[in-house]
Amino acid sequence: MHQALPSKGRAGVPMRLYRHRRRGASPFVLAAAIAVAALSLLPVGFVLVVLFQSGWDTASALLFRPRIGELLINTMLLEVLAVPLSIALALALAWLTERSDLKWRALWRWLAVAPLAIPAFVQAYAWDSAIPVLRGLWPAVLVSVLAYFPLVYLPVIAQLRRLDPAMEDVAATLGTRPLAVFLRVVLPQLRLAISGGALLIALHLLSEYGLYVLIRYDTLTVAIVSQFQAVYDGPAANLMGIVLVFLAVIFLAAEAWLRGERRYARVGGGAARQVALVKLGIWWPLFMALPLLVTVLAIGLPVVTLLRWLLIGGIESWHLPQLVSATWQTAGYALAGAVTVCIMALPIAWLAARAPGPVQKTLENIHFQVGALPGVIVALALVAVTVRVALPLYQTIATLLLAYVLLYLPRAIVSVRASLAQVPIELERAATALGRPPLVAVVGVTLRLAFPGIAAGMALVAMGITTELTATLMLSPIGTETLATQFWARTGEFDHVGAAPFALAMVVLSLPLCIILHSQATGARSS
Amino acid sequence: MTVLHIANLGKTYGTTTALAGINLDVAMGSRTVIVGPSGSGKTTLLRLIAGFETPDEGKIELNGELIADPEVGVPAHRRNIGLVMQEGALFPHLSVLDNICFGIRSEADASARALALMDLTELDRSMAQRQPHQLSGGQQQRVALARALARQPRLMLLDEPFSALDAGLREQMRDATAQILAQAGVATVLVTHDRDEAMGFADQLVILRDGRLVQAGSPKALYRRPIDATTAAFLGAAIILPADFSGRVAECALGALPLPEDDTAEGTGTVLIRPEQVTIGPAPNSTEWKVASVLDRGNKSTVTIERLYRGQMATISFDHVSAQVLEAGQAVQVSVTGTVHPLRG
Repeated sequence: MHQALPSKGRAGVPMRLYRHRRRGASPFVLAAAIAVAALSLLPVGFVLVVLFQSGWDTASALLFRPRIGELLINTMLLEVLAVPLSIALALALAWLTERSDLKWRALWRWLAVAPLAIPAFVQAYAWDSAIPVLRGLWPAVLVSVLAYFPLVYLPVIAQLRRLDPAMEDVAATLGTRPLAVFLRVVLPQLRLAISGGALLIALHLLSEYGLYVLIRYDTLTVAIVSQFQAVYDGPAANLMGIVLVFLAVIFLAAEAWLRGERRYARVGGGAARQVALVKLGIWWPLFMALPLLVTVLAIGLPVVTLLRWLLIGGIESWHLPQLVSATWQTAGYALAGAVTVCIMALPIAWLAARAPGPVQKTLENIHFQVGALPGVIVALALVAVTVRVALPLYQTIATLLLAYVLLYLPRAIVSVRASLAQVPIELERAATALGRPPLVAVVGVTLRLAFPGIAAGMALVAMGITTELTATLMLSPIGTETLATQFWARTGEFDHVGAAPFALAMVVLSLPLCIILHSQATGARSS
Repeated sequence: MTVLHIANLGKTYGTTTALAGINLDVAMGSRTVIVGPSGSGKTTLLRLIAGFETPDEGKIELNGELIADPEVGVPAHRRNIGLVMQEGALFPHLSVLDNICFGIRSEADASARALALMDLTELDRSMAQRQPHQLSGGQQQRVALARALARQPRLMLLDEPFSALDAGLREQMRDATAQILAQAGVATVLVTHDRDEAMGFADQLVILRDGRLVQAGSPKALYRRPIDATTAAFLGAAIILPADFSGRVAECALGALPLPEDDTAEGTGTVLIRPEQVTIGPAPNSTEWKVASVLDRGNKSTVTIERLYRGQMATISFDHVSAQVLEAGQAVQVSVTGTVHPLRG
């Protein structure tokens, strides 16, 4: 027989009884989530205070001016042109790389994601320095589309891979031609992915600063930042900020309306299989022209321009000490920001994954909606709050980190929540049954298993911070030299050669972003 | 008359042979079931017929017209072959009515025809504006069937259409589907891995294994006369014993048993006896069979009996339905009703 194993709960020793805890979320986690939500309401509070304090007369005098109307029209023209064009381009590329038998599809897929490694203002710098006559609306639209179309492409290919191919097969047996199948069956089911991606692009265009300065196209954000640089915490910039918030809210509402109430989830479960690819036949070179052209414009031109400036400048133009120190400082900000953001994302992500309910849903919505506000608003709000309420914090690293938290919290929540949700709660229970106290079980099992996903979230945030320009310009302590600010200072002096090494460093540091996003979008099939 | 004619059909993926040498005819208005374990090639066969794959060998004809051979093929959307998938594959963004209308060309009477199809498939007309996710599994399958019937297809393909349903509903849907298809007069090919589904639905049963057609015929003929032991066991509980054949007699542990009139065999081999042919009763004086064990399972019991036969212990296990109580160690008498079937291989 087995030898008796030493047992802790020996007979005779009475087991202690504990009072039952109420089921559901731990009060500490809930309190932490509420605290983070309250913090992220700061910019909204700022907007309301500005509205209230300035009063109707000041507000109407500052807002109802032809200049504001002009900026509003500029901004809306950009949105109305660039967003649909980005959607069309992303859809065409997604269809070619996912549903046709185009040669080298995997390569084209990578190249369609790759523009994300080139920050929009670097893209604009390349175009501006290569073809200096590019000015105004259409060049702004072109560069915006090239820089941001992957934001629709990625969710669309992810959704295409999740769709049940049975649906497309059935449509074919019902006498529908391949193109009609895509339009009538596939496209309606991409609605969520398209509207979500389009919202992201719309919000990015709204808050983009560097791109439009370089292309000389005045949008609201451009005007707000230059106003801010002239008069810190002035009413004009703040009130224009309110117009920007108003636009952001309209976009959010439009997206919610487009997304609709209907469920588009696949009916039933079962194993999805490979979908039949549409044969392009002898016309394939014609179809390949599209991804080729996009690659040349979105990657070829900026990379060649960058390399050209690097070659012209030679090694002495690299300003190595400055480059190294800027890289270190950027890395420091990025790392500190990423860790802070992910830790602050943990409570709400935990609630969403483990104790979903109406309270959690509301908190999550607060986190997300606030994260949609442009960086310039967050910066204006933090300047106002630090100047008026907490002056010692004005222009400190703490304030800058807080701005990063407000800007990148949604990104982190998505990653952290998904990775927590993938760890079955049964494992935690098994660990508890094996004698681990609850907290040890959570840390040792759940967080341990979720760590790769959380790390990916951190990487996404870190890369966002690396190429963040607007808020960093407005909030960073004097003497701050990050890659983005150094790059920006040099382009401001038309020092194309001097800016190139900093641009290259940002592109290289952003490359992992493409790899993570590509694998997140395409990994849907293997699950 | 033949609706579907498949000759010497073959399909390979790389070095794996998915299908080889398939010959099959489907008669007008009939129901053919292709049954086989997963990986047997049944889904590949269905996809070849539907037009989602191209054959590497052989040809497929629909109503006498060639629809696919290794060189040419009619695209899936021009074949007018209906398809109902495992989980219905309803378009989640369209209402029930719009799903059914999807394949109807003429706009004019589309709704009227769709409503008539809802009646045929016993869907309440009040469901017309519902969304697919608001329907039960069985209702989803009815909509999928109505949608496929709306185009008056020349042939209907059903890909494991009932396997996602609950056990009770499955049988009910199977019978309802057979009836609806009979009313519509459409020849049907159903693929499944489920024996009961296959036996319950088929006029013609086709057994597929490792990409080859093992046997085809009516369910009754296949059940009585399967080609080999694997098929015999697949189609139902089987007692398979070594036997010596001479003409129309099989000599085995259960005695000298007759073969059917048109079946003869010589030499040694194996013989198939179905459990329902076996009668067993207590016989205190019998020296042949003895009950080795009894597992009582309520309405039936699994009985294992054994005897010494030609110097070796012969053991038979089978399910036995009887009010009679048997006990282990009891001597019994065993007899076999009807003819038995010699197996090859």
